[in-house]
Amino acid sequence: MKYLLIILLLVLSGSAYAAGVSPQFANPEQQEAYETLTSELRCLVCQNQTIADSNAELAADLRRQVYEMLQQGKSKQDIAQFMTDRYGDFVLYNPPFKLKTGVLWLGPVAFLLIGLVIVFLFVRRKKAEATMPAHAEHGNENAEKLAKIRSLLEKGDPS
Amino acid sequence: MNLLMLKYILPLVLFSVLAVFLALGLNLNPSEIPSPLIGKPAPVFSAPKLQTTARDGGSVAIGREPMRPTEEKLSPADLKGQVWLFNVWASWCASCRSEHPILNQLARQKTAIIVGLNYKDEPEAALGWLAQLGNPYDVSIMDQDGRIGIDWGVYGVPETFVIDKQGVVRYKHTGPVTTDDVQRVFLPLIATLQAEN
Repeated sequence: MKYLLIILLLVLSGSAYAAGVSPQFANPEQQEAYETLTSELRCLVCQNQTIADSNAELAADLRRQVYEMLQQGKSKQDIAQFMTDRYGDFVLYNPPFKLKTGVLWLGPVAFLLIGLVIVFLFVRRKKAEATMPAHAEHGNENAEKLAKIRSLLEKGDPS
Repeated sequence: MNLLMLKYILPLVLFSVLAVFLALGLNLNPSEIPSPLIGKPAPVFSAPKLQTTARDGGSVAIGREPMRPTEEKLSPADLKGQVWLFNVWASWCASCRSEHPILNQLARQKTAIIVGLNYKDEPEAALGWLAQLGNPYDVSIMDQDGRIGIDWGVYGVPETFVIDKQGVVRYKHTGPVTTDDVQRVFLPLIATLQAEN
């Protein structure tokens, strides 16, 4: 029980590790832009963290860059462009849709469609088997049995 | 019969495809991010030089004038018409230490100018490092707050760029340069670029 409590507390404490305190903006829109941008830009040193989450020095530098550019009145698009010009699309957690990233975006949809088609075909076959057991697998054997049953029905059971 | 064969062959084919993709994935280096700067003009900077001593090819002369930070500045425009390497380094960077002898050796061959970007470092520590390990750089410039680094898309020190005579970035190497890299990539590329106008 004690361990469970410790584990629970550790799990809940995750947010306490968020790197630094975000700077204050006079303008709430800028504040919002800062929060969104820093949570959408990847820290390239620790690639599974955003620059808002990361304690890496580079992340701190990039946060400073975002802050300064917002103070200069740059838009979110300007800043995202600034970052991709330097670090490539990989810096964006939400990569743009283009030829190079097409597989990334369409891949899951394609796999879902393939899966659905397979399920559909499978279900249809099972259904066909259920309604027409005679022709499903052992065609000839079953046909023979059927003929035997028919003849039995017609003539009546001799026994 | 055909259908039956398909039933056995299809999983095998699927497995093979998956195995090929996984094998490729295993051999990729996720920390190597292609630079969008390739083919673009070298980002502009104007930064103070770390020191002004001429290249001494790694042989540190003891008793020479001590190297110290200067007010002199360097920008890519000063290097127009020359092929140069731009090597990002720092005295706190462990893999720079393994790269350093290779740079010293490359510098001795005098195939291209080597410019150092002393990234987020203390000038004293950086100068001490060069005095101790040799100085392969024709010149090093200082980027104490990492702003030049951001402009060049630096995310992992050491990094090495190759810039042609027109001032266009032609190649980027992330991580320490090995002897193999020098032989296989850098020397041939430098030779090609030197032959260009």
